[in-house]
Amino acid sequence: MLPNPAQTDFSSDELDAIRAQFPILTERVNGHPLVYLDSGATAQRPQRVLDAERDFVLRRNSAVHRGAHWLAAEATEEFEDARATVARFVGARPEELVWTSNATEGVNLVAQSIAEASLDPAADPRVRLAPGDEIVVTELEHHANLLPWQRLARRTGATLRYLPVSDEGEVEGIDEVIGERTRLVAFSHASNVLGGYSPVERIVARARSVGALTFLDSCQAVPHAPVDFGALGVDFAVFSGHKMLGPTGIGALYGRFELLDALPPYLLGGSMITTVTMDGAEYLPPPQRFEAGTQRISQAIALAEAVRFLDELGMERVAAHGERLGARLAEGLAGIPGVRVLGPGPGAPRIGLASFVLEGVHAHDVGHVLDERGIAIRVGHHCAQPLHRRLGIAASARASTSVYSTHAEIDVFLEGVAEAAEFFGVAGTREVLA
Amino acid sequence: MSDLRHLYQELILDHSRSPHGFGLSTDSPHRSHQVNPTCGDEIALAVVHDGTTVESVQWEGQGCAISQASASLLSTLLERRPLADVEPLVAEFREAIQSRGTIELDEERFGDAIALNGVSKYVARVKCAMLAWVALEDALDS
Repeated sequence: MLPNPAQTDFSSDELDAIRAQFPILTERVNGHPLVYLDSGATAQRPQRVLDAERDFVLRRNSAVHRGAHWLAAEATEEFEDARATVARFVGARPEELVWTSNATEGVNLVAQSIAEASLDPAADPRVRLAPGDEIVVTELEHHANLLPWQRLARRTGATLRYLPVSDEGEVEGIDEVIGERTRLVAFSHASNVLGGYSPVERIVARARSVGALTFLDSCQAVPHAPVDFGALGVDFAVFSGHKMLGPTGIGALYGRFELLDALPPYLLGGSMITTVTMDGAEYLPPPQRFEAGTQRISQAIALAEAVRFLDELGMERVAAHGERLGARLAEGLAGIPGVRVLGPGPGAPRIGLASFVLEGVHAHDVGHVLDERGIAIRVGHHCAQPLHRRLGIAASARASTSVYSTHAEIDVFLEGVAEAAEFFGVAGTREVLA
Repeated sequence: MSDLRHLYQELILDHSRSPHGFGLSTDSPHRSHQVNPTCGDEIALAVVHDGTTVESVQWEGQGCAISQASASLLSTLLERRPLADVEPLVAEFREAIQSRGTIELDEERFGDAIALNGVSKYVARVKCAMLAWVALEDALDS
């Protein structure tokens, strides 16, 4: 039987055609061809995403949702078409998708809006917190999906609890920690450090059974696999444009409409009101209620183009490509003496990403050796200090891929890591001289 | 490997593996804790002095080879040095390390610490080399 082409990796010809659309991939760094393995931090952009943005700016630029002239109407239509395109891509209705500047802003938007609602006795009880209530996160969260909830807990008197992770980075304690007092569960869809997926269905089912809302950080899932927030049944979710081949400065918040509609606005100002007097204001329904001020119009239009690009590649195939690269990364690293690979073990699903520690060598030094060879990776704590502390390490090195990454690049990277191990003479133990 | 060797000289690797002044046993009030938020490197450092002479610089921390070697070399350099020398040394060190390869540390004044000269060509590594020196400045202010 032939493999289902929708679920197979790209052929080398297809990959060449994909790579040809990313001009940056022909750059040389330190005398070597660029091997870009930091797509988890920010992905590269294809020419057509820039072209879409430029075309809009040069020919139809105008403020949206205001002004009666032709350009304003054109810009508004394109802006709202972009919303519909991105919303459909993640299984949302257009009115359930709020533009934000990035995923971080989306988390803060919901946390601050809940804090605001909690001060108002007339607000919808589903989005109000009080002392005795519990917010649950996981131990592997990116700081962006942790700090806003810490502050929300402090502001409302709620308690912040967390689902611990195992040595392999699996989220544990779902039934124990999520309980009757839990009002909100915020968690990562896929870990930006470990590359493994969270048990989204189990967490959502447990949260629902106790009447808690769910908030999904999907930054590392939306760019890499088909995602349908409606089908997942989460209440809120965020993702960022620049990790999915789109521009910086744009991301989105998904929220079930009735919940968005229950939330007070986060930023106040123009374009989000129906009536304003000197004493107060009435607000527009979502999503515009949460889009005060002039919006990131050209960025939204460019992000929609990135989504069309991904759609044409087919997200099933994008996922297959990423999983194969991730497996090669994890297996290759595990074969280098002195390397500890973090996250899911062999055979367990992971996105095209692997973090590791080279015994006795700091991640920054590993990154430096690779950089000398034109290989770009991320080193440090990847904005996940509690997870690193849990794993007993201060920092790690991370290689992360995207649609344009190749198996040959993974091999160049693995050779680089092996050379770093050799250069620093992986030994480990520190002798302290008096 | 030549570029790498220029940055990671044997002396740097030796100091990072067998650091000098590692271990905080003093209760000197002149101490500081510094973190490099980019990579999570951190150092706790204390200066023991009698008002005129530095007796020792003790530290504990974790980080890359550059940051660890820099702390170790700093500790070696300042032992039994007049306290008045410290501020100008930190200023000269900072100027050289931030110079993008245009200013070298003076061997007569910095001794083995000139092994850190290679750092100044790598903007991304300047903070690594500076961490202990920033902690030193802060410790003497406290």
